[in-house]
Amino acid sequence: MATTGQEEFTLDTAAELAAEEGGAKAIQGKSPWAIAGRRLRRNYVALSFLGVFVLVVVCCLLAPLYASHVSHLGENDTNSGGVVTVHGQPVHVISQGGTKIVNGQPKIVFGGIPIGPQWGAAGGQYILGADELGRDIGTRLLFGGRNSLFIGVTAAAISTALSVILALLAGYFGGLVDWVISRFFDLIWAFPVVLLGIALGTALSVNGFHHGFHLFGVFIGLNLSGSSLWITILVIAFVFIPYIGRPLRGQVLALRNREFVEAATAQGAGSVRIMFTELLPNIASSVLVLFTLIIANAILTEVGLSFLGAGVRLPNPSWGTMIGEGSDKLSTAPGLSLFPGIAIAITVLAINVFGDGLRDALDPRAKIRIEHG
Amino acid sequence: MGAYIIRRIFGMLLVLVAVSLIVYLIFIVIPGGDPAQRIAGRTATPANIASIRHKLGLDKHGFTGFFIQWFSLVKQLFTAKLVSYANQTNVVSQIKQGLPATFSLSIGAGIIWMGFGVLVGTISAVKAGRISDRLITAFALIGISLPVAWLGLILRYFLAGERGSPSWFPDGGYVPLTSNPWQWFYHLLLPWFTLAVLFIGFYGRVLRSNILDTINEDFVRTAKAKGLTSRRILVKHVLRASLIPIVTLFGLDFASVLGGGAIITESVYNLHGVGWYAAQSIQSEDLPPLMGVTLYGAMFIVVFTLIVDLAYAYLDPRIRLS
Repeated sequence: MATTGQEEFTLDTAAELAAEEGGAKAIQGKSPWAIAGRRLRRNYVALSFLGVFVLVVVCCLLAPLYASHVSHLGENDTNSGGVVTVHGQPVHVISQGGTKIVNGQPKIVFGGIPIGPQWGAAGGQYILGADELGRDIGTRLLFGGRNSLFIGVTAAAISTALSVILALLAGYFGGLVDWVISRFFDLIWAFPVVLLGIALGTALSVNGFHHGFHLFGVFIGLNLSGSSLWITILVIAFVFIPYIGRPLRGQVLALRNREFVEAATAQGAGSVRIMFTELLPNIASSVLVLFTLIIANAILTEVGLSFLGAGVRLPNPSWGTMIGEGSDKLSTAPGLSLFPGIAIAITVLAINVFGDGLRDALDPRAKIRIEHG
Repeated sequence: MGAYIIRRIFGMLLVLVAVSLIVYLIFIVIPGGDPAQRIAGRTATPANIASIRHKLGLDKHGFTGFFIQWFSLVKQLFTAKLVSYANQTNVVSQIKQGLPATFSLSIGAGIIWMGFGVLVGTISAVKAGRISDRLITAFALIGISLPVAWLGLILRYFLAGERGSPSWFPDGGYVPLTSNPWQWFYHLLLPWFTLAVLFIGFYGRVLRSNILDTINEDFVRTAKAKGLTSRRILVKHVLRASLIPIVTLFGLDFASVLGGGAIITESVYNLHGVGWYAAQSIQSEDLPPLMGVTLYGAMFIVVFTLIVDLAYAYLDPRIRLS
């Protein structure tokens, strides 16, 4: 749970690297972003993993089509007494207990075991099998992916936005403002990520989050029920603030005394203007890299929280809740937690590899990691 | 040095006070609804709720009420009086019972991830650009992308007999070291590796880039010019300098795992440690255990961070205490 390499770095580093590779000529007259883009375009590994991530997102967005045209079961539709046709034979979705005659020998069949992956043998139904309520794992996987990806990306965006503002305030104003914000970062940092996440997630899920005030009859604030996805999003966003805020604050602090800030001050630019039009563009490359890496971590955190029951609330599917639901049926229905885990691993790996490529192109010294124990 | 230590300890005490404030805010102030009812849990009787309201000062309001409530919560935790109202057990004694399992898990996993992390990072840096480096980099990336819960379940499924026979490892559970050292070790092997995988991936990557940075430093060139062997340069000069940031990371991560941060590993393998205790109380929305574990976990990290900083200053003479 630490971030290293907080020295000053800007897009200049990318320009230097590009100059080393292709000679000064190759980068003449090009903006730092164009140079970084050029480096990224040549990184085929990173680009192909970006393709994998886009594919995962598209598949998850198509979940309603899959539910209506392929599996014919919605995300929360149960079918525990149902029968499907596999190779022309009727098969119970949830096995019925009893004895069966197999090759002339009686054989005891256990009841209550959901049907395993059919890989298309049941005509699109239960391609990845069923869970103990007869719900289609494939459908839930896609809908769960929508939730997990939505939570991951939104939480990362909120967390990044808040951290950028805090880092700009702390780095620009320094003094007491910096002290207060830095101590806030230190404090959040002192808690293990998962522990803080479950503490907040559980405390908020009991009655929800209802804070705000009425201004001229308009409610300003947040009114979230305990089962809202937004609780999970806000919890994850909050927990990650110091992990982005700390390295960015260091950068702003270093940029604060550079000549271009002095020049802007001399021209009469106000604090807000300097922060957002002078300082922000200079840390934008790091923000982008950190944002990408935080998405991967936010998805993993969602999985951890939902697995433990402090994230997405049942029966809503998410990759984490699915792994959690399957964990005590591992020996009879391993697919329940196996498939969501594969989906997470592929997605997070794709983001991490692309994020690595992005970092190499934009900001080779940024590093971030969060423990998920 | 003495003045520095005293100042740091004073600062740490302030952080501990702030940590308790955060715990109070998380559980009492931020969520909606009646805090007493929330803490009492689902099976609360009116008498229970009234007693909690009185004990935690929730019947006091306003500015002084805030301090009374905060102080009452801290007092309840430190005098080991906070009980879980879901099953009437004492939170602090439950946490104490979980310590052996959590410490066993953390210490073993820490040794594994530090050892393998350094090994993998060094090999990868020495062979930078070669096949072995690329393979290690790929595996490290996969390692940091795996959800811990899933990794644990997969290992249980394939190695611990969940798939039927063969079963090479016991399927979770914790055997105290004092009752049977071999079984203790055998039961903890899978959890140790599950917890260590993510850290190995990350430490390997950090160490690799540190070594590659250090290799270009002047003192390494000097060592080469003196005619030292490359092995000696690597171990005595490069690795020693590159390991310093890793030691800091290790201090923080290790403290976090010791303080109950390995919740997922502990609950996948049914190790009855501190993290497992916290995980158990999530489903029943039983808040007092979570309060206790969160507070003690964070305090552990704060204290440990100070120890690491002091050790760090001692190990690296370049760092001035200020």
